[in-house]
Amino acid sequence: MKVVESGIGELLQPPDMNAFREWNRTRKSRKLVDKLMTEREAVRRFVYDGCYISTELYGTVRCPMTLVREVVRQGIKDLRVAGQGVIEMDLWLAASIVKALDLTYIGLEVYGTSNALRREVESGRVEKVVEWSNAGLSWRFKAAAMGVPFLPVRSMLGTDTLKYSSAKVVECPFTGEKLALLPALILDVGLMHVHRADRYGNCQVEGITGFGVEFARACRRLIISAEEIVPTEEIRRYPDRTTVPYYLVDAVVHAPFGSHPGEMAYVYCRDEPEIKAWVKASETDEGAQAYLKEWIYDLPDHQAYLHKVGQERLARLVEGRERRE
Amino acid sequence: MSELEYNPTELLICVASRLMKDETTAFIGTGIPMLAASLAQRRQAPNLIPIFEFGGTGAILEDLPMAVGEARTFHKALHASGITDVMETATRGFIDYGFLGGAQIDPYGNLNSTIIGPQHHPPKVRLPGSGGANDVGSLCWQTIIIMRHNKRNFVPKCDFVTTPGYLTGPGAREEAGLPPGTGPLYVVSTLALMDFDEATRRMRLKATHPGVTVSQVVAETGFDLILPDEVEENEPPSAEELRILREEVDRQRLYI
Repeated sequence: MKVVESGIGELLQPPDMNAFREWNRTRKSRKLVDKLMTEREAVRRFVYDGCYISTELYGTVRCPMTLVREVVRQGIKDLRVAGQGVIEMDLWLAASIVKALDLTYIGLEVYGTSNALRREVESGRVEKVVEWSNAGLSWRFKAAAMGVPFLPVRSMLGTDTLKYSSAKVVECPFTGEKLALLPALILDVGLMHVHRADRYGNCQVEGITGFGVEFARACRRLIISAEEIVPTEEIRRYPDRTTVPYYLVDAVVHAPFGSHPGEMAYVYCRDEPEIKAWVKASETDEGAQAYLKEWIYDLPDHQAYLHKVGQERLARLVEGRERRE
Repeated sequence: MSELEYNPTELLICVASRLMKDETTAFIGTGIPMLAASLAQRRQAPNLIPIFEFGGTGAILEDLPMAVGEARTFHKALHASGITDVMETATRGFIDYGFLGGAQIDPYGNLNSTIIGPQHHPPKVRLPGSGGANDVGSLCWQTIIIMRHNKRNFVPKCDFVTTPGYLTGPGAREEAGLPPGTGPLYVVSTLALMDFDEATRRMRLKATHPGVTVSQVVAETGFDLILPDEVEENEPPSAEELRILREEVDRQRLYI
């Protein structure tokens, strides 16, 4: 296969599929063991300076915000990040703990561009930025999930998005047409929030799966936070609903309202005033730092966070949830 | 009708919404496309199938989603899957239309939503990045681009081509390996509706908005816009469109 173009972006996390197989053979237990622990313990055990890390789904939707805040709280730094997100990515950027980005989208959706992203990238504090599309990133997870080093796709071709990525363009050996090859992306650590999990890490989500199916299979270490911890009998009753089986999972954290201020389909809706509070606070670095202090550094854990948000407000979010009518 | 009062966003939504056809599939992004799709479902296109990149297919847009993964993107929907499924469906040719926007657009409909300035890193201004835009622009059959119209946005050359339009002209998409027969269909701006000349694949004025002159559009465009012999004029929002928009689509006035 002839390579006709190579993206000039650095391959931040080169795929090594045999090493991934070996990791999964030797480092991922097949035992049904209790993995329930606090967010503090999970992050302390599995997240480390310089690791390649990402989050699923994204900032305002089924996002592991509890785990995201704990990473900031513990001061873990020099992260290399697959950056697709909203508030979760903003918090990490505002805390200046991101060193390199495989970037597809970081912004505030209807509220516009991310000032935290602008400050960190324009100043060069984020040292490397490599461009991708959303599908591109999801297919990179899919390649890792398939256990193959790349996938051929028909996206990103002909653009600067490809030029500043680490994809390659080849002539298809079957049709002669040009295809983009996307390198598999194996995460050192993945963070994912689900509707329910058992103590072993069998996980079920409701509604759209987002990146979840592929993401969970592309991680060396996977930390799950769950709205609800259920008995394994409950999982076994509906095995067809299991999105992530236990052997992929390293830690299970019980985090009700774990996506706040984002939403959780059928459980609670977005906390719009809180999302707007971040949009406003993050306009300046001083505002962002004050927000981090108030909502992360000054609070010991998720319980304290929920206490600060308050029962009344949480009850309103439950009331506003999407319902199956 | 012409004496009805409406704001520029309402006009933009109405013009975009009229382009949406019944019994077609359309990739919908955050903001104006959501409002346009919701309006279209209540008027000419009750069976418009909205598709959202994180997995929602065929939602009934009773309430406006604030995000492309929010539960309202699969409210009473036909399918809730994930991003790879949706993007592979687009790759297989099932998605008719895609709606796009950007900070810059060039004469060939290429879009920039990545950086402003000559240097990639560190850039003068960092924008959010492609998100699903590059995929929508690559894989949907036809795209409709929604833009604020001024010289800063309508540029001879994008600082960065995030999302492909017709790239450098006729045949360029196919040469790059993109699926044949795809590309931008219309640009709906705050001043006018544009399409693309088939021979050159360059942007052409099609219709001005009510009260906007051709010379105004030309003056606000940073490249030579192809001018046809006859320029049409878009209908202003009708009383019915405005009523639905204000009383049903965006009851809380989040956007309009």
